[in-house]
Amino acid sequence: MAERSFAKEVEKLRLGDGAEFSGEGILAITKALLQCGVGYVGGYQGAPISHLMDVLADAQDILGELGVHFEASASEATATAMLAASVHYPIRGACTYKSTVGTNVASDALANLASGGVTGGALIIVGEDYGEGSSIMQERSHAFAMKSQVWLLDPRPNLPSIVKTVEDGFELSEISNTPVMLQVRIKSCHVHGKFVAKDNKRPAMTVADALDSPRRDLGRIVLPPASFNHEKEKIEKRWPAAVGFIRERKINEIFGSSTGKIGLVLQGGMYNGVIRALQRLGLADIYGDTEVPLYVLNAVYPLIDVEFLEFCEGKDSVLLIEEGQPNYIEQAFGALLYKNGGTTRLLGKGYLPVAGEYTGDVMLAGIGDFLRDHAPSMLPDPVRAPNRPSEETDIGPELAKVVPGRPPGFCTGCPERPIFAATKLVEEELGSHHIASDIGCHLFSIMPPFELGATTMGYGLGPASASAFNSPDAKRRSISFVGDGGFWHNGLTSSIGNAVFNQNDGVIVIVDNYYSAATGGQDILSSRATNKSKSTKHPITEAVKGMGVKWVRHLDRTYDVTKMQATLKEALTTEESGPKVIVASSECMLNRQRREKPIAAKAIKGGERVVTPRFGVDEDICTGDHACMRLSGCPSLSVKTLDDPLRDDPVAAIDHTCVGCGNCGEVADAAVLCPSFYRADRVHNPSGAEKFSARTSKRLIAWLQRRRESRQLVFSEAAA
Amino acid sequence: MTVALDHRPGSELADRIISVAALAVGGQGGGVLTNWIVDVAERNGYRAQSTSVAGVAQRTGATIYYVEMCPDRGRQPVFSLSPSKGDVDVLIAAELMEAGRAILRGFVTPNRTTLIASAHRIAAVSEKIVPGDGRASSAEVLEAAQKAAKDVVIFDMEKMAVESGSVISSSLFGALAGSGVLPFSRESFEATITASGRGVAASLKAFGAAYDEAARGRGGDIVAPPSPPAAEPGRTVEAPLPLGGTPKSEDARSNGAKADLTQEPRGDERLLTRWRALESRIATLPEPVREMARLGLRKVVDYQDLAYGEDYLDRLDQAVAKDDGASDFAFSQTAAKYLANALCYDDVIRVADLKTRSARSARVRREIGVDDAAVLKVTEYFHPRIEEVCGSLPAGLGRWIEARPRLVEWLDKRISKGRHIRTDSIPGFGLLWMLGGMRRWRRSLLRHQVEMNHVDDWYRLALDTAPKDRALATEILACRRLIKGYSDTHVRGLSKFDRVLSALPMLAGRADAADWLRRLREAALKDEKGTMLDGALKTIASFTGETDTTAAPR
Repeated sequence: MAERSFAKEVEKLRLGDGAEFSGEGILAITKALLQCGVGYVGGYQGAPISHLMDVLADAQDILGELGVHFEASASEATATAMLAASVHYPIRGACTYKSTVGTNVASDALANLASGGVTGGALIIVGEDYGEGSSIMQERSHAFAMKSQVWLLDPRPNLPSIVKTVEDGFELSEISNTPVMLQVRIKSCHVHGKFVAKDNKRPAMTVADALDSPRRDLGRIVLPPASFNHEKEKIEKRWPAAVGFIRERKINEIFGSSTGKIGLVLQGGMYNGVIRALQRLGLADIYGDTEVPLYVLNAVYPLIDVEFLEFCEGKDSVLLIEEGQPNYIEQAFGALLYKNGGTTRLLGKGYLPVAGEYTGDVMLAGIGDFLRDHAPSMLPDPVRAPNRPSEETDIGPELAKVVPGRPPGFCTGCPERPIFAATKLVEEELGSHHIASDIGCHLFSIMPPFELGATTMGYGLGPASASAFNSPDAKRRSISFVGDGGFWHNGLTSSIGNAVFNQNDGVIVIVDNYYSAATGGQDILSSRATNKSKSTKHPITEAVKGMGVKWVRHLDRTYDVTKMQATLKEALTTEESGPKVIVASSECMLNRQRREKPIAAKAIKGGERVVTPRFGVDEDICTGDHACMRLSGCPSLSVKTLDDPLRDDPVAAIDHTCVGCGNCGEVADAAVLCPSFYRADRVHNPSGAEKFSARTSKRLIAWLQRRRESRQLVFSEAAA
Repeated sequence: MTVALDHRPGSELADRIISVAALAVGGQGGGVLTNWIVDVAERNGYRAQSTSVAGVAQRTGATIYYVEMCPDRGRQPVFSLSPSKGDVDVLIAAELMEAGRAILRGFVTPNRTTLIASAHRIAAVSEKIVPGDGRASSAEVLEAAQKAAKDVVIFDMEKMAVESGSVISSSLFGALAGSGVLPFSRESFEATITASGRGVAASLKAFGAAYDEAARGRGGDIVAPPSPPAAEPGRTVEAPLPLGGTPKSEDARSNGAKADLTQEPRGDERLLTRWRALESRIATLPEPVREMARLGLRKVVDYQDLAYGEDYLDRLDQAVAKDDGASDFAFSQTAAKYLANALCYDDVIRVADLKTRSARSARVRREIGVDDAAVLKVTEYFHPRIEEVCGSLPAGLGRWIEARPRLVEWLDKRISKGRHIRTDSIPGFGLLWMLGGMRRWRRSLLRHQVEMNHVDDWYRLALDTAPKDRALATEILACRRLIKGYSDTHVRGLSKFDRVLSALPMLAGRADAADWLRRLREAALKDEKGTMLDGALKTIASFTGETDTTAAPR
């Protein structure tokens, strides 16, 4: 079960001709796929395209009605390899993943797919995770399109443009026998907008039809000599076909005046930002109407030489707005102009920064500077020569010292928190170790308060990235982490198998929270939930043993910090050779709460006995040292000021968001902290006997309290 | 504001794009707020577009939501997908430091931005893990907000929401409506909430309270600093908090009421007579010392007994005798404070006593948000070690055991483990009740002797220093702040205390000795291991020319 349910949104996928579709960009793409008669869809989840996978998972019924096959692929390589179904058969297929991490994983399959080429349209939707909000290393997908020679579309970030690009993309792919990549950036994935829908189309040929009448064409298989022919075919046939289609269909757009001495050339994805800059410079109205000539590249690869040269005709200079580096487009256009004896000056990086996201500020400054230098007469007076000093205030440096950083961290009640609390306690005892981290929520361990982990090398590659640290001369072992998501994605072979084969002596902790949690809580092989369209409940421990690991420990409650600590210590000190694998399992608290909360609420309403736990802190026992928080970082455990002039430091306090996971109590036990924590279990709808027993105890306790309090002075506020 | 400038024929000047950015901490419901803003815009014949950077939205990091809107003239405007410097009309910050972050990023500008921020704080991890008080200064953000924004609407919207049984998105929406910055009627905002269909009544209540508070400050007035939101009539401090407990704010007070020093304790008339006699001694103290002394006296009597209170006042008199009244009797005031804290050291008896009081039972119920009738099971977490056991034995016996390391080890193996005690049950409560009752013998126990020796040495040092350098003596007293916590934490506190005071020989006779001791203490409170403190000690050693003999025992 994914983090977000799209049961309601999925109904929008049924909208027919002329109806208005309103929703997120990523949903619009899903709808567009169905309108295009797609035959099969797959992919691997990950921001910013997780929702596309989640929507499709929730839309099994609709897909079934249309005869569309859907798969939650094991990895991006799997997803891309799946597009092989379009090699011999005229079936449209699509897959999706986040880029560039997914593209990296996919590139083996991508290269083979691109070499043989496709018969049915093959669309790869990549969620470009670049700029603010990104969780990965910053690279460009553009390079992958270039090296495999697949076409890359980068539509303007509004729903009608994106939907049209999906339609164009399939046709482009079929006409040029080439897979097409459709790039959507983070914010356009999550932009809410509207477009006019069309009817969904059943695929002309379904995968079932294909299975019933198999085909093969030796010329499409990647093996010499065919592969040498593919190389030529790409240039001689597929490229010209693509260029012809892009020109004819007017995929790239020209806006603004047809004359003028300057112009702007931009990636489609940059359009709204560029228009905003022009609006602020007084050169565009709110609808984007402008005098400034714009050449918008909705297809960024291949580039259409003729279009660009035509655009440059009569212009003194053009500014190329290309986000990210290296500046492939600028290089290509620069060379093109030179070879054709062009006199137009091509400007780009320099006015705009070489690296980093092209935010509103960057665009405003870059385009503003370009226009001031090359077309000052276009600018309104106040922009060209402002009278007022700029609005810069002197607040910055002082305030910057005050405002604390707020990186993402473990959620309230996260079952991974106690794993790292235990690791920190073990390190306090045995000294620090080399720790290799992996992709996933557990990577938050590198942040305060845990500050554990030295590297992260790729999904499922945590233990692999510690493989060099295997030496008979060392006194300490390495520790590496991998999540259940990473484990099934790649870790089983690349990390576990590799450690077994190479007789690695290190400790491997597999963090099993029942889902691919960081990508939004999708089910995976070892998920415990029953999934009607997927096979789940395959234990990680069995897989690990099957790989040949001898030393395997399974903890089925990560909140038991003492046990976690003891197991880690044993793994680090045991005489046994070979990898030591600890599988630490507890359900992701976000998913668990979402599942259990409504059930518990209903049960309470229905008169059933339900116990709801919560933690609290006795503020008069807490001394304000915050040792507990250095082993927690839980959002619901914070500090508060007491109205007591005798106290200097704020004390610990737990707010109403506490889910009673137990970490506070366990950590207090394991680390021998203070006795100020208490757990309060509220019993809803207690039985008669329970009520009676509670009443009796309470009376007796009250009597004892009265007895003591009658013999001494009671300062109520001191005790309250 | 993004104006279609007049050089473009055909554009309507009245049409402009209004931009609203919301900065929130993951999990605060920024998505709901965003949907509401889009809904209210569309309800009023506007076109709107929202974007967000999700991914970390649930995971406690800082997140940004962004909405642009303009009147619908039948054509789609080009909206931006993210806020930029100097281009934001309304900035909503769901937490005070997020307002600070927005200002830093340039999203708040004096010519156009209305800043709507909740005054409450959600401490970042970096603020929480400091052994002392690591919290960022709210005052500086409030001051920057006044400078940076066109209009400011700041009050505690979290508290308002929780008190209405709702979540902060409702009160933020109310403040947005009440600020009048969007050209939409109150009714249309409310219709949006009603249409959302979940927890409507509570949301509308929180919305209304925030609307009124924000509207109150309109017309150039500044709403900040906040006045406390109107409490529900009839709600006493003892009533359970709605939503099951404490609001999500680090500044939530224990019960909203300051200790009432005029209120007499409850108790036997005989004890009260003695108390009055004792309390009357406070009147003999210099005026500035009295409040702290009164608080201290109540604390030590509450901790032990009236005789202990007498002892406290006797000791305090010694400090007053050495005080010449400089800086408002700072020396005596500090003595009154830290002497009380030192005498009330945290031992097993203290913990057991506090955990078994009737006021405590009531407080747990209030914090959890249940009334007296509910069945509540309360589990306490103890991890006693041999040190605590020896401390609770008669001094002679305790010392005898402590002198035998192998016995200590053998005993510790059997004692030291986590013990969960149920204080809602008779056996668990009874055990702690009896432990708490041991206070009548406390003076004869080992821990008391150890603590009193320490108090004597520390206090003597301060008193002896006072005639030479009263400011330094005051700082010596204040170093008591370093000793806190239990078990390892307590040991670490003691070690920091020793390390800070170890600088005294180097500082003695210097004019800035007090200043340096204060700096050392502040450094000691910055991190767990005392790394900053070691650095500060090295600095002192370097300028006093002494070799660093203060290398810390770790």
